[in-house]
Amino acid sequence: MKHTLRIVWALTAAAVMFAANPSSIKLLNVSYDPTRELYQDINAAFAKQWKAKTGADVTISQSHGGSGKQARAVIDGLQADIVTLALSYDIDSIAERSRALPANWQSRLPNNSTPYTSTIVFLVRKGNPKHIKDWEDLVKPGISVITPNPKSSGGARWAYLAAWGYALKKNNNDEAKAQDFVTRLYKNVPVLDSGARGSTTTFAQRGIGDVLLSWENEAYLALNELGKDKVEVVVPTISILAEPPVAVVDKYANKHGNGEVAKAYLEFLYTEEGQEIGAKNYYRPRLEKVAAKYADRFPKLQLFTIDELFGGWQKAQKKHFDDGGVFDKIYTPGK
Amino acid sequence: MQTSFRRPSILPGFWPAFTYTVIYLSLIVLIPLSAIFFKTATSSWDHIWTVVMSPQVVASYRLSFGASIAAGLISVAVGFLVAWVLVRYEFPGKALVDALVDLPFALPTAVAGIALTSLYAENGWIGQYLAPLGIKVAFTPLGVIVALTFIGLPFVIRSVQPVLADADQELEEAASSLGATRWQVFTRVIFPLIRPALLTGFALAFARALGEYGSVIFIAGNLPMKTEITPLLIVTKLEQYDYAGATAIAAVLLITSFILLLGINVLQRRTRKFMEAA
Repeated sequence: MKHTLRIVWALTAAAVMFAANPSSIKLLNVSYDPTRELYQDINAAFAKQWKAKTGADVTISQSHGGSGKQARAVIDGLQADIVTLALSYDIDSIAERSRALPANWQSRLPNNSTPYTSTIVFLVRKGNPKHIKDWEDLVKPGISVITPNPKSSGGARWAYLAAWGYALKKNNNDEAKAQDFVTRLYKNVPVLDSGARGSTTTFAQRGIGDVLLSWENEAYLALNELGKDKVEVVVPTISILAEPPVAVVDKYANKHGNGEVAKAYLEFLYTEEGQEIGAKNYYRPRLEKVAAKYADRFPKLQLFTIDELFGGWQKAQKKHFDDGGVFDKIYTPGK
Repeated sequence: MQTSFRRPSILPGFWPAFTYTVIYLSLIVLIPLSAIFFKTATSSWDHIWTVVMSPQVVASYRLSFGASIAAGLISVAVGFLVAWVLVRYEFPGKALVDALVDLPFALPTAVAGIALTSLYAENGWIGQYLAPLGIKVAFTPLGVIVALTFIGLPFVIRSVQPVLADADQELEEAASSLGATRWQVFTRVIFPLIRPALLTGFALAFARALGEYGSVIFIAGNLPMKTEITPLLIVTKLEQYDYAGATAIAAVLLITSFILLLGINVLQRRTRKFMEAA
């Protein structure tokens, strides 16, 4: 008994010493589904840079999941130093509900706190047997479309809004026609996964569906992993400019004494090196120079923003995705 | 008749044991569950009512309870057969089969869900042969039943097996020698013996199925109004930060299953008493 106690004491002391060691910093980055590979690369590069600059080791842990789920985890007390989520609405929710960061968080970093952008593209089977070229082809009868549930997935919300925006532009901003278009689109969806990665698995591993509405980076990742003999990427004529934001969670970062390094981590995303890593992982860079260098990676298409067409996330969320909103009506008969 | 709370017993230590039971149950079951009701109570009745009675949620009750009952019944029928084979026959590899039965307990349910989906999808090993017959399993309510049967099966087998093993075969022999047909032996002798165990197995399988999330979300397809199970809606509500709505649905699920389980328990007690009296 005495012996066990001694071991417990020794371990505790070791833990305390380890935690107090100033040259070892631990950061937690709570992110959304498809950024696993991006942040693995970023973390390695940043740790190296930080070590060179300050001599301190920094280990960054990553957590991934549906954007809404991740935001809720932070609200419920997951002590994230940094959140990098799929849409600003989710970080707004953290700010509003947990007050762990100020409401004006989005103005603290350049470009609305979105160091890289993305868009929604299509992933189809090799040879494009169903001839899917643009949004219009998705609503044809007999086409099976794979996309996650917009209620739980950030990427799915961008995809939904991209389809809606396409229909608005095609029909002179006729809302009723846009709603009809999106309704027909979701009639072709046989399965709604809860997150983007789940949908990619459904499409790629389980071979279900003719087309996957996907984050651009996720589509190329799937292309590289599955091989060009299995799937191909189709870029529609119009899509949405997806802006996944990043923020320091002040309350937890300060509590851990990580305020400075967390800020530096996010600023690193905006540097040339950070932007290059982003571009290599198929996130569209903000920095002109890097964008020009990797221009051939990112097909040109007409992109609209959520502010232009939907008046921002808060409005879009309320109208389309809240309970009783347009998305629910798609599935409620007779309404 | 004894009127006091505690009936006299030759076993010592009633109070420590009883206190322990109450504290343990409170910590593990009652307090977390009552939190559900407290959280629900933070919302107005109007909100709760619209949430728990919205068409989408009502459709999910239908699927969740329907599929759970169906899966429970299938488990009872098939589980009884498996238990029968395991108890009454000797065959090579019996120990292996016996061990296999528990596997659904140990397997992470998500793994089971993914495996079943791959098998039963239209291009899967089994699904490709069912599709030409017009039977779709994955992404339909049928798929939900398949997943729930998978996880529920061991409950019935493990409840029935010991009872069946204890059953005195001489009773059956006596019945036969008195002129009973095989069917009569089963319905009059064997079935009454194992009925309480079958009920227990059903209750366990049903309750497990009702709360199951991991395996079902992969095979269900999760289409609103069609293949969304109630636990999924609870998670979806949480992800939309509607805590009160989520707990309200959870409360409906809890109350309904509690009433059902209570009913099954009462039924079980009755059959047991009836057996003892006979």
